[in-house]
Amino acid sequence: MSAASQDTAVSTGRVTRTFLYLVLILFALFYLLPLYVMGVNSVKPLSEITGGNMMALPQIWTLAPWRSAWSTAQIGVEPTGLKPYFLNSILMVVPAVAISTVVGALNGYILTKWRFRGDTWVFGLMLFSCFIPFQIVLIPMAVVLGKLGLAGTVSGLILVHVVYGIGFTTLYFRNYYAAFPTELIRAAQIDGAGFFRIFWRILLPVSGPIAVVSVIWQFTNIWNDFLFGVSFGGTSQPMTVALNNLVQSSTGVKEYNVHFAGAILAALPTLFVYIVAGRYFVRGLMAGSVKG
Amino acid sequence: MGFLEIRNVTKAYGNVEVLHHVDITVEESEFLVLVGPSGCGKSTLLNMIAGLESITGGEIAIKGRVVNKVHSSKRNIAMVFQSYALYPNMTVGQNMTFGLEMHGVPKPERDRALADVAKLLQIDHLVDRKPGQLSGGQRQRVAMGRALVRNPDVFLFDEPLSNLDAKLRVDMRTEIKKLHQKLRTTIVYVTHDQIEAMTLSTRIAVMNKGYVQQLGTPKEIYDTPANIFVATFMGSPAMNILPARVAMADGRPQARITDAEGTERLLPFSQSNLAEWEGREILLGIRPEAITDPEGADRKSTNIVALANEVGVTEPAGSDTYVTMTLSGKDVIARMRADASVAPGEVFNFAVNMEKAVAFDPKTEERIKP
Repeated sequence: MSAASQDTAVSTGRVTRTFLYLVLILFALFYLLPLYVMGVNSVKPLSEITGGNMMALPQIWTLAPWRSAWSTAQIGVEPTGLKPYFLNSILMVVPAVAISTVVGALNGYILTKWRFRGDTWVFGLMLFSCFIPFQIVLIPMAVVLGKLGLAGTVSGLILVHVVYGIGFTTLYFRNYYAAFPTELIRAAQIDGAGFFRIFWRILLPVSGPIAVVSVIWQFTNIWNDFLFGVSFGGTSQPMTVALNNLVQSSTGVKEYNVHFAGAILAALPTLFVYIVAGRYFVRGLMAGSVKG
Repeated sequence: MGFLEIRNVTKAYGNVEVLHHVDITVEESEFLVLVGPSGCGKSTLLNMIAGLESITGGEIAIKGRVVNKVHSSKRNIAMVFQSYALYPNMTVGQNMTFGLEMHGVPKPERDRALADVAKLLQIDHLVDRKPGQLSGGQRQRVAMGRALVRNPDVFLFDEPLSNLDAKLRVDMRTEIKKLHQKLRTTIVYVTHDQIEAMTLSTRIAVMNKGYVQQLGTPKEIYDTPANIFVATFMGSPAMNILPARVAMADGRPQARITDAEGTERLLPFSQSNLAEWEGREILLGIRPEAITDPEGADRKSTNIVALANEVGVTEPAGSDTYVTMTLSGKDVIARMRADASVAPGEVFNFAVNMEKAVAFDPKTEERIKP
């Protein structure tokens, strides 16, 4: 395998290589352009943007747009900045990700190691939930949240995201645990470990890669969700909704520099999660696909 | 009253019965091997003893206590799995003492048990390693160690050697036997390897299609197989089975067979009650080692018969030379001394030890008992 790839490397000429790198660099620049525009314009005074050149570096560097976006910008009717909404998002995302991942892991454990009559049907139905479009569940969900008294609360949003995420997390963990030898579970049973003890001591310690996949997936989806947030958020709306309110406000001057800063703020947490856990993500997705 | 009693046990999945009325009694410190081809129900039976599979009918009792409804962990058994089933996230030491920990044994006691067993199995230098860092043979030892630490009433082995390479398998086989002789533990051992079954066991249960075909000591199983299945399953190369007709001559029953040229030959039986079968077809069973060159014949046998026949193929195997010939239209394998001078195509004077010959009823395939 490695010998073969070395062959290719040797036979690829210097010219071809240079060309390849050039093309790759060009593409990289192209993809980085929006980030550049956002970054550059978020540290300029507004006059420089409205004055014309979006691509130029700022003549006067300023962090005022960031400060404004974070704590003083007009969101809807309140001049609170994005800060309280950022907090809302964190309060929603962390429990929702944690709960859906743990429930997914338990589901996967049961569906592979404590099989029961009709378990494939249950799994099939859970898989089905991955394909349900958000819009379909809006009204029934609103009714349920109202009945539970959770409408317009962070807890309500957490419930919605947990319910919606379980299909995916179950899929991940079930497929991961399906490759886990059942003899180990049997050995632990003979050793005297019970249902939760086996899960905690035997299964969870080897679930790292798939847990990372589940966390990244859930974190990104829940953090970026707009529809559920705007529908069920009420007074505790998440970051995405606030950003929309900030950018889409139809009165007053459009503060593009503040908008850019706000958009970057909204994207930072997912970016952070990807950078920290990204390599495990790929590793987790590939886990079990090849031997060794 | 046996130490481990399997009384009229059946297992069914839905309407499909996979184990039919199994009755086995195992005495204390016995080494019982369940052997049979894959799908014969041997692993199912073992899992039922372990409590990993439910019992559809009948009873299993350990030390006089019926355990049908008792959880695996409360049966005081330990099991060694085919894949070893070592917990990958724990060290060897943690693996071995996990069961004790689950049973609430205090740490100092666990450590003492671990040290004893690790020393016994010569794995004391490995206790801090993870299973992934061990070789196949070492993992095998750890798996056995995990069972031994618990000091259970019954050890269950599920094809423990089948993942090892051939040489290591022979070494470990001897180790297990030594261990059993030293500790005098009660063992139920599942394998599909008839040599493992013969060498390790004090008794063998040969299973096929969910039935126990025969239960007996290795010698009984080998010398007096209950039926054609047992006869051909145990022993390598397999027992030669050839059609024959019983005829009376010299006042004793004889097997009338034909040699490679189609000439009729008579082989006198040692078993006198075969006279009742005079004139009828039987199936004659002769093990390869009962057909030899005259120098290699068993000197203690009272019934060695000379049989000249054409040699088909010779296969020198180093320790022995196998000769294939035709008798009654069937390929028959004979096992000669390595130095026996036989050449393909020549007529050789074989010595047949008819004392070891067995006869089967062609209809029922059961052995005709003396």
